[in-house]
Amino acid sequence: MREGVGTSAPPSPPGSGRFFVVRRGTRSEGGGTTVGYIKGLVCRECGEVYDLSPIHVCDLCFGPLEVAYDYAAIRADISREEIMRGPQTVWRYRKLLPVTDDQPLVDIQTGCTPLLKADNLGKLLGLRNLYIKNDTVNPSFSFKDRPVTVAATVARAFGFDTIACASTGNLAASVAAHGAKAQMHCVVFIPSDLEPSKITNISVYDPTLVAIRGNYDDVNRLCAEIADRYGWAFVNINLRPYYAEGSKTLAFEVAEQLGWRAPDSVVVPTASGAMFTKIARGFEELAEVGLISRAVPRMGLAQAAGCAPIVAAHEANSMTIRPVKPSTIAKSLAIGNPADGYYCLKEIKATNGFAGSVTDDEIVEGMKLLARTEGVFAETAGGVSVGVLKKLAEAGVFDPDETVVCYVTGNGLKTPEAVAPALAAPLTIEANMAEFDRAIKGVQDIQPVLA
Amino acid sequence: MAKRRIRLFFNGDLVTEPVVYTMGHKFDVVTNIRGGEVFANNGWLYIEVTGEDDEIDRAVEWVIDQGVRVDPVEGDIIAG
Repeated sequence: MREGVGTSAPPSPPGSGRFFVVRRGTRSEGGGTTVGYIKGLVCRECGEVYDLSPIHVCDLCFGPLEVAYDYAAIRADISREEIMRGPQTVWRYRKLLPVTDDQPLVDIQTGCTPLLKADNLGKLLGLRNLYIKNDTVNPSFSFKDRPVTVAATVARAFGFDTIACASTGNLAASVAAHGAKAQMHCVVFIPSDLEPSKITNISVYDPTLVAIRGNYDDVNRLCAEIADRYGWAFVNINLRPYYAEGSKTLAFEVAEQLGWRAPDSVVVPTASGAMFTKIARGFEELAEVGLISRAVPRMGLAQAAGCAPIVAAHEANSMTIRPVKPSTIAKSLAIGNPADGYYCLKEIKATNGFAGSVTDDEIVEGMKLLARTEGVFAETAGGVSVGVLKKLAEAGVFDPDETVVCYVTGNGLKTPEAVAPALAAPLTIEANMAEFDRAIKGVQDIQPVLA
Repeated sequence: MAKRRIRLFFNGDLVTEPVVYTMGHKFDVVTNIRGGEVFANNGWLYIEVTGEDDEIDRAVEWVIDQGVRVDPVEGDIIAG
C-alpha cells in the first residue's frame, strides 16, 4: 500500500532557496481529501497536507506528519451525551480518532480505565485533589493498547496483511494481542537479552518473534531498515501518525471522568514523547469541539534519570535534545533519541508546565508508595510518574487544592524483578500458634480476639 | 556501519557556517544532503550520516554544540 518513489522536482528558480526533494507520499493539491471527519495528514513543521496513506514523514521538509480533522464538522455532530452512550472503550471517542464510521475495528476492549481518587497518596503529598489514571488494567496491561487498537484498525483498512513493531515489552505484547484479534500476520522484534517473563508475555499471542543479537543501536538500525524494505505495518513507524492518535483518549477519558473538565496539572511518564504530546492535544481537541471549556492543563513530564534527554534540555532551558544511551530499570521509557522530544519541550513551555526525573532507587520507591497507599501495582514507568509527582509536590510545584492527575501506564506484573529485591521477605514460621504469636508480635497492631 | 537520518535547523549567522562540510572532515562520517531549504536568515537540511554509531554520536554532539538544532527523522524505533 506504499506509494512508490517519485522523481526529483525540476531545479527551482534562482533565489528560491529550495533544494530538490525525492517525493514519496501523495501530496494533496486540494488541501486534503476529507474522509469522514479526517482531512488528511499534515506536516507539523511546514503545514503541507497529504491524503491518507501509510506515511509518517513530510516529503518537503521531512518533518513528522499528524492526522488533521475537520473540527467544525465534528463540533456540529458530537455531544457529551452521545459519547456517554457509547461503548465502554476508547471507541466511544470515535469521531476524534482517524477512522470512519463504517471501518471495522480491531478492538480488544481497551480503555475506560479507572480514574482513582488518590486520597491516601494525596494526603501524604499535601494534594487534596490527586487522581491516578490507572492504565495498568488495559487488556494487555499497558496504555499501549490505546495507540495499537487505532494502528491495527488503520492497518487493516489500508490492506496490510502484516503488523509489526520493535519493542522491549509493552508495545510488543499489545501489537501481538491485536494481531491475534485481527487475524493478521504479526512480527515482533526484540533484543535477544529480553527478560524471559516478557518474552512469555509476548509469545503467548503467537506472533513471529524475532530476537536480534546486538546492542540497542543495532536493533534500532536493523528495524528501521526492515521497515523500509518489507512494507509491513510498523505501528510506530509508517503508521505513527495514526498510532499516536490513540493516546489522545487518555485525555478524553480523564476529562469525561472529571465531569467534562480538564485537570489543572498532569504528570506523564515519557519515552518518545508521543503520548505526552497527544495527551495535550487531546485536551485541546475537546475544547476545540466544545466538549470542555478550558483546554490544556499544565503538562508535567516525567523521565527516568538514566534516560532523561527531554528533562535535561528543559533544565538547561534549551530546545535542543541531546540523545543519550539509556541506562535505567525503566525499560519501557528507555528511548534515548525521542522523536517527539522537541514537541514535548514546546508543550511544556506553552502550558507553563514542568519536568523532572528520578533515579532507579526513587523509581522503586515510587512503585512501592503507589502500591501501599492506593493499592495499585504499577510497572517501573508508574514508579517514574509517582516518583516525579512526589518530588514536584515536595518542591511546591502544585497548589494543594488544584486537581492533579498522575498517569500510571503499565502493570507491575510486567516488571516484578525491579521491585522484588526491595520488598520485605515473608514471615516464615513452623506450623504452630506459639511461633505465629511470636512472629506477628510487633509487626502489626494485631491482638488475638480469643485468648 | 550505521546510517542515520537527521534534520538540522540553522538560524542567523549559522546559515553561513559550513557546518556539514566541517562535520564530514572533523569526524569519520560521510554526509549526504537529501534536501532542504536555505534562506538568508535561516534554513534546514535533511542529511543522511553514515559511519560507526559512536562516531555519528560524536559528530551530532559537535553539530549541536555549534548551536544547530538537530532532530531525528524517526527517533528510536525500538519502543517500550
